[in-house]
Amino acid sequence: MSGFKVKREDKDAVTVLYLSGFLDAHTVPDFEKALQETINDKRYKIIVNFKDLDYISSAGLGVFMGFIEEVRANGGDIKLSNLSPRVYKVFDLLGFPALFEIFDDEKQAMDKFLKPE
Amino acid sequence: MQKNKAKTYRIQISAATENLEIIRGFIQDIARQAGFTTEQIDQIKLAVDEACTNAIKHAYSYDASKTIDLKIDLDSEKMEIVVTDYGPGFDPQKLDQPDINKNAKKAKPGGLGIHLMKTLMDTVNFKIIPGQKTEVHLIKYRTPETQR
Repeated sequence: MSGFKVKREDKDAVTVLYLSGFLDAHTVPDFEKALQETINDKRYKIIVNFKDLDYISSAGLGVFMGFIEEVRANGGDIKLSNLSPRVYKVFDLLGFPALFEIFDDEKQAMDKFLKPE
Repeated sequence: MQKNKAKTYRIQISAATENLEIIRGFIQDIARQAGFTTEQIDQIKLAVDEACTNAIKHAYSYDASKTIDLKIDLDSEKMEIVVTDYGPGFDPQKLDQPDINKNAKKAKPGGLGIHLMKTLMDTVNFKIIPGQKTEVHLIKYRTPETQR
């Protein structure tokens, strides 16, 4: 049994990926597959919602680094939302807040895509 | 202050990513029983996960027939975890601190994990015998350095 799930919802021009469980070197391929499929569908405006994610290791963070250049090169972005303090801490330790936009909730991330300043 | 009795735990486990969850559970149970705080337990668990992931990926190239040894020593001051793999070894000096802003794709393999380990633990040492084994020594003290 895998302790990780990713659920995709396309909301107009934005795709939201909902993560739950734990994201480590074992479960990373499931997340990579979901992101790759989203990009293959030419959907580059992506929100990753971490509401139900309990744990992440650097293997999980590496996925974002692997995809962000391609997504931004196509005029999109990967924005992150709903990180628990525990998960945010890992992103923060590796300096990710300087590279990715992180929002308290999905709506804020959605608004940023739909109404960019 | 009551002195905690010194204890040692060992497991040998096959180098498969699916075992990372078991390893984290093992570490969590020991650290919790030893009275570490929730934040300390999170830090120890993640650091051990990173050490084991590096062994699986870089020392063994995902060959699950290989094994990882974990040894945990607990005493009144600290918890020390030694993660041993029997791969070719590497030169930790060659792993610069990753700069994710510079170029996301060019981060060195394993570099993020080692950076995390050093940030999360009080002491991280590598003992490498090239061609034989690599030991990663991870130490977490019960009380922060400023209060010792």
